[in-house]
Amino acid sequence: MNHVYTWGGILIIVIASVVGDILLARAMKQVGDVHAQWRRVGLWNVIGRVLANSNFLLGVTAMAVAFFSLLFALSWGDVSLVAPAAASLTFIGNAFAAKIFLHEKVDRRRWIAALLVAGGVALLAG
Amino acid sequence: MFAAAGDSMLSHGMKQTGNISLHHLQGVILAVLNPWVAVGIVLLLAFFAAYMNALSWADLTYVLPATSLGYVLLALVAKFLLHEQVSPLRWIGIALISGGVGFVAGGPALTSHAHHDAAREPESASVAASAGAER
Repeated sequence: MNHVYTWGGILIIVIASVVGDILLARAMKQVGDVHAQWRRVGLWNVIGRVLANSNFLLGVTAMAVAFFSLLFALSWGDVSLVAPAAASLTFIGNAFAAKIFLHEKVDRRRWIAALLVAGGVALLAG
Repeated sequence: MFAAAGDSMLSHGMKQTGNISLHHLQGVILAVLNPWVAVGIVLLLAFFAAYMNALSWADLTYVLPATSLGYVLLALVAKFLLHEQVSPLRWIGIALISGGVGFVAGGPALTSHAHHDAAREPESASVAASAGAER
């Protein structure tokens, strides 16, 4: 039973952080290149634009959900399972989500990279 | 362009280290106000700013592997500054991450076309490819 809770927690973490990453990435694409904007309108205006972006706020909320579900999941399962599983599955999930929702061209090179990094993170965090 | 990429990746790595140490601290001494937590929070914010900056000009699937270099840096810091034992399995992990980052670093940084709000056309891949080629 505890297994179900642990993997359920991992699933929630992964979903929340993938949603958060996608929303944050979309928000920053809407704001545009920060360096160029900085030169044009000044740093504080850029920060204001980012903070006013609804995708950004939703993304930060999703990240907070991910963080707190991590805390919950850690109370249900071992850190040596939860941390690497959540981190590496997030990489894989992000590659899928970026392709579907952000229309990024995830070619073979990037798939291999995502898998390598996911494996490496699982080994390091484990 | 490449200098900017390298610069921002490096700062990513550095900030990620701070990020992770914050997590550790929170696990160990939650809700204790000590200077380490404050430093951790500042580093976390700095990491977040650098991350947002990178996302403003690069793909998510480009930025994410790059931020994972932070794990590698953390392991190296643990090895050489804290004199921790780094197991062979972790060295393999480091090698995998480095290899993965090398793979994306060789490709274009941006493939999706920017400045579109919820683009719906499913055939954007070819458009994106030409946009990537222009860079």
